[in-house]
Amino acid sequence: MKRRAAVLGTGQTHHRSKRPDVSIAGLCREAVDRALADAAVELGEIDAVVVGKAPDLFEGVMMPELYLADALGAVGKPLLRVHTAGSVGGATGVVAASLVEAGLHRRVLAVAFEKQSESNAMWALSIMPPFAMPLLAGAGGYFAPHIRSYIRRSGAPRHIGAMVAVKDRRNGARNPYAHLRQPDITLESVQASPMLWDPVRYDETCPSSDGACAVVIGDQAAAEASPHPVAWIRATSMRTEPTMFAGKDNVNPRAGADAAAALWRATGITSPIDQIDVAEIYVPFSWFEPMWLENLGFAEPGKGWQLTESGETEIGGVIPINPSGGVLCSNPIGASGLLRFAESAMQVMAKAGEHQVAGARTALGHAYGGGSQYFSMWVVADTPD
Amino acid sequence: MTDVAVIGFAEAPNVRRTDGTTSGVEMLVPIFRQVLDQTGLTKEDIGFWCSGSSDYLAGRAFSFVSAVDAIGAFPPVMESHVEMDGAFALYEAWVKVLTGAAGIALAYGFGKSSAGDLRRVLALQLDPYVAAPLWPDSVSIAALQARLGIEKGIWTERGMAEVAVRSRAAAMSNPEAQLAGTVTADELLGQPYVADPLRAHDCAPITDGAAAVVIAAGDRAREACERPAWITGFEHRIDSGALGARDLTTAQSAAAAGAAAGAACVEVAELHAPFTHQELLLRKALALPDSALVSPSGGALAGNPMFAAGLARIGHAARQISSGQADTALGHATSGPALQQNLVCVMEAR
Repeated sequence: MKRRAAVLGTGQTHHRSKRPDVSIAGLCREAVDRALADAAVELGEIDAVVVGKAPDLFEGVMMPELYLADALGAVGKPLLRVHTAGSVGGATGVVAASLVEAGLHRRVLAVAFEKQSESNAMWALSIMPPFAMPLLAGAGGYFAPHIRSYIRRSGAPRHIGAMVAVKDRRNGARNPYAHLRQPDITLESVQASPMLWDPVRYDETCPSSDGACAVVIGDQAAAEASPHPVAWIRATSMRTEPTMFAGKDNVNPRAGADAAAALWRATGITSPIDQIDVAEIYVPFSWFEPMWLENLGFAEPGKGWQLTESGETEIGGVIPINPSGGVLCSNPIGASGLLRFAESAMQVMAKAGEHQVAGARTALGHAYGGGSQYFSMWVVADTPD
Repeated sequence: MTDVAVIGFAEAPNVRRTDGTTSGVEMLVPIFRQVLDQTGLTKEDIGFWCSGSSDYLAGRAFSFVSAVDAIGAFPPVMESHVEMDGAFALYEAWVKVLTGAAGIALAYGFGKSSAGDLRRVLALQLDPYVAAPLWPDSVSIAALQARLGIEKGIWTERGMAEVAVRSRAAAMSNPEAQLAGTVTADELLGQPYVADPLRAHDCAPITDGAAAVVIAAGDRAREACERPAWITGFEHRIDSGALGARDLTTAQSAAAAGAAAGAACVEVAELHAPFTHQELLLRKALALPDSALVSPSGGALAGNPMFAAGLARIGHAARQISSGQADTALGHATSGPALQQNLVCVMEAR
């Protein structure tokens, strides 16, 4: 049966468009070393390693965890490699947590990374698989029609997307690790940036980043022995649905709604907006903030944009979303989900520094991937139950 | 700890080339049907799905995404994927069942090796800065390993040929095998080298295929299967990725996983040994008893669908128990160049 598990520490790299100063192993190790230091745990105390990253074609290395085994201190230990598209960072956290929850290990290291500068992710995605809809020019081309559909269905005013971008980029300016740090960005400057995929403008889309994230997860004994505050993993949740089928709702996918419902059920949360203090959710294009607010149950369908417009998703609002700056500020794809999970843990451990939400005790980490079809999430809190 | 058992197994025919897509759906739909029919379950009974496959084998990013089509649309499923052999997907599924998040889980693996040049594709598993740019292919690396063992007197070319003879003879009772038949070691040793000291019979064939295994906890397993194969040890370890940093004539990760899982007392061992000398190496590393029956399915030498062959070994081992032919058996899976990563699943009848 399920045992308690907690985040003992987190670490991440400085995310940049190019990190030519480090190899792939060096990039991962930068995050791992910070996570171990944060958790006050030695590499030798780690029982198992879980590695997550998005497609191997993004770096041109097949199953890079094989080569990374030495650098990650995994030699002689169990090592798993997770890949669930863009949600993989989240899935990595979930799998690592389950190894502890199953009672198999005391301390597990989750590592996720992407070194996008090694190749070109947009064109690596723009392929023509048989019997599937081509992505055209990158993920933005795929998701823009879903955003237009959301705007039409909800009647959201056109400036909502720009508002999200302003908030996230300003939040990112408070995060020393963020790739894009733009304290002076304004609604007008976002709205003046070039249109990429209508209605998504240049300033409303995530960057391509080199970066990594690591999280140390421990069992109850390890958590109680920790000299620092820990983030107790209250529940995790994953759901998947196919990319395309009759009845698929790309604006409000059922897999996401089911995953959230299962998460709230498992944590006894009946009103997420009242019971969650802060959420790090996967927003690669600005408009996904209101869309996921609805999918997750923070707002009724069609009403998510009102939370954004009224400023309730800012730090200090009713439900601060992405105080770290989120995916809009840093997007090392494979790591982006684990960064959301790590940032949610940092909030309840009161370690988020300049982007700390005051008094955060319960937080959501969320990731999605593929054609809005893979969802992984967790709830962490400052107490075990 | 929760009692978990393998209750069903099916695999696609092991063939040199399928006409299906690299998403695996055409191979997966029939074996999902088979494994559900065997156990009397429906898709709705499966609480967790987990798959193993490789984007590089398919030659495109997110190749596993389309495989979900084989499961069906609604309702959404609790599901995950490893970029590893399906045996590791089964491990993740087993962990999920141990946590109580699912009572029944299905793991699957698939690979269409015919889509590319497998030897060269696998070269990209090496260190991308110092090894992969030299394109050492998988057969050449295995040949280096075989040569080291021969020079140390651990195995011989004749001993390796005898492994192939046994594999092909055993595979005659496996309807899904790609290579089967009666040959003699002398015949095989008369063939030319592919990569000295390896001849064609020393190397697993290139195979398209898929496998699916269903596991269940406690009473769910007893209800769905007359003689479940109860998992008593499930362990995996990895060795260094630097070929020069480890003794290639053994596999410490296999030895450690085997010792932890209890490999030394099994009656049957299904080994994922894509090269003949690796079967000899693994017998020793896993400390298998001399009496152990090795790879009665023919093993990977009779058909080696990448990312499914390890899972199929566990399936075949479980089948030995379910059919009453053995009371204890293990399935082994490997990944990476020259047996870098190894997994052992030990099962028993109760």
